[in-house]
Amino acid sequence: MELLLFNVLNGLLLGVFYALMAMGLSLILGLNRIINFAHGGFLALAGYIAYSLLPYLGFFGVLIVAPLLTAVLGVLVERLLIKRLYGRDPLFSLLLTFGLVLIMEDMIRTIWGAQGLPLQIPAVLQSALSQTYFFITGYRVLILGIAVALTIGLLLFLRFTKIGLRILAGASDLDTISALGVNIHLLRAVSFAAGIFLAGVAGVLAAGWQGLSPQMGDSLIMPSFVAIIVGGVGSLLGSLLGGLLIGVASGVTSAFYPQASQLVIYLIMALVLAIRPRGLLGKKGVFE
Amino acid sequence: MSAKELTPSASSARRNDRREWHHYLPHVFVWLILLTAPAWMPLLGGYTLLATRVLVLAMAAMGLNLLLGTTGALSFGQAAFFGLGGYAAGETLLHLAPSTPLALLIGMLTSGVIAAVLGPIAVRLRGIYFAMITIAFGQAFFFIVVNWNSFTGGEDGLLGFNRQPLHFDTMTIPLHGVNYYYLALFCFALVAAFIAALLRSPLGHAFVAIRENERRLQFFGVRAGTLLWIAFTISGLIAGLAGSLYALLNNFISPSSLHWTLSGDFVMMCVLGGMRSFWGPLLGAAIYVVAENTLSSYTDNWMSFLGLIFILIVLFFPKGVLGLLRARVKA
Repeated sequence: MELLLFNVLNGLLLGVFYALMAMGLSLILGLNRIINFAHGGFLALAGYIAYSLLPYLGFFGVLIVAPLLTAVLGVLVERLLIKRLYGRDPLFSLLLTFGLVLIMEDMIRTIWGAQGLPLQIPAVLQSALSQTYFFITGYRVLILGIAVALTIGLLLFLRFTKIGLRILAGASDLDTISALGVNIHLLRAVSFAAGIFLAGVAGVLAAGWQGLSPQMGDSLIMPSFVAIIVGGVGSLLGSLLGGLLIGVASGVTSAFYPQASQLVIYLIMALVLAIRPRGLLGKKGVFE
Repeated sequence: MSAKELTPSASSARRNDRREWHHYLPHVFVWLILLTAPAWMPLLGGYTLLATRVLVLAMAAMGLNLLLGTTGALSFGQAAFFGLGGYAAGETLLHLAPSTPLALLIGMLTSGVIAAVLGPIAVRLRGIYFAMITIAFGQAFFFIVVNWNSFTGGEDGLLGFNRQPLHFDTMTIPLHGVNYYYLALFCFALVAAFIAALLRSPLGHAFVAIRENERRLQFFGVRAGTLLWIAFTISGLIAGLAGSLYALLNNFISPSSLHWTLSGDFVMMCVLGGMRSFWGPLLGAAIYVVAENTLSSYTDNWMSFLGLIFILIVLFFPKGVLGLLRARVKA
């Protein structure tokens, strides 16, 4: 029983990372129409920036600053490279960001080395909160709390700010809002930055949880794509739901049959697609 | 539009089918290069193994291009069929029979059958979502291969099989370097001829119609999904054959041959060479293999140079090298 609980919680934590990434990917996919393969690269970059800034800013400092810096880098990449792909075949966004991944991994390896590094988290967060359920540490609670806060924050931003509403409107019909005089260049930059920021937070949190490695984003990017498909393309809440669902499923499976803990993610996807081709919360006609 | 207006274009289409002799020059040129490769590769500092690698990867890329360039379906899971074909060929030699042709056949059929079974799920989706589902298929098989230790050797890969000499009535042909190159070339020629014939058939024209205007195709009562499924299955078959040849080339196959990065490399080969040209994927594969081979001997950061090449191609030469050459010739 305890083992099962342990694995459910572990799966939930994993799901939080999938969900954070999937929501960022979904945002960028929605408005910018870009499949961002480099999302995992940005996640790793945020973790490493956090590692380098940790001595100066402390853990809670880098938790805010590193994702922001990564988002700024993201906007640079968007303005220099990605913007040339708008309106073109999605194939090219897939390939350009694929090339970007190769460069980013090499860059990280050159600057910080190929071997894994730990990211020190405050001792307060490391100790167990409960003796019975030894696995509940303050850090795990923090990860869940931040994810909840970020999700609510993102949804509020999209529903109640002018720019957020425009991002939502642009995701369904960019031509119309462009014709209405909205600055879509700015809009695309903001949406890209927001997506990368989410990846950045996930990167810093993941680094504190499992340490840093140049390929740390690789194992998260594919499940995040799956989370988007399972949850329904075009739906942010769907991405969240999809991420948590496959995370927990993966966690539960590793309690009973660890070999299949990764595979189960793709089986769930196949099952969902067989029953509901548009995903759990997907709307008809979005992105066809 | 009157019938009269239709006639000239119809007759010009017929004229296009009966080509002038100089249209065949590029093909003659390509085959001459491929047939003589083992003779001149060493002079350029290459070796036969490298040339065989080009052929095998080019075959997979040409199969993928049936989806990517011809029907316009963005498939990103081709490595799964490539790798599964390789494993099937290896297992055949290990457990079934010491026969190279049988290994190639079973490798090809395994991937073809799997593609045929998965196809119906994938062909309901288009564009980005087709890409994502094919990625996911690829990942599923990657994890099966990695975790099924007892059968696949897990992360260490499958070892212990050797390509067997070819036996004819009275003759035995050993498959050392050069001979294996010509076996691969023979298979490559079959595949290329098959694809060329397919592209000229009504089915091939219907594939292009999916890319150009799927809705109009549906007005004609043609089911694009069924056509896509056929293309998906054929490209799976070809990838399986390529993967089998690859496994036998190295006498080894590992999970990395199913990894999504290899799928990306296949897509890149098509774009690099030119996905709207028949020989584009071959040229792309050749450039890719030579670039990888040369860069990795000069620098540890060769991956970023490869990434940089990808980015430059996407930004500046989206029609690939052959597309660029063709534009030059026309200008």
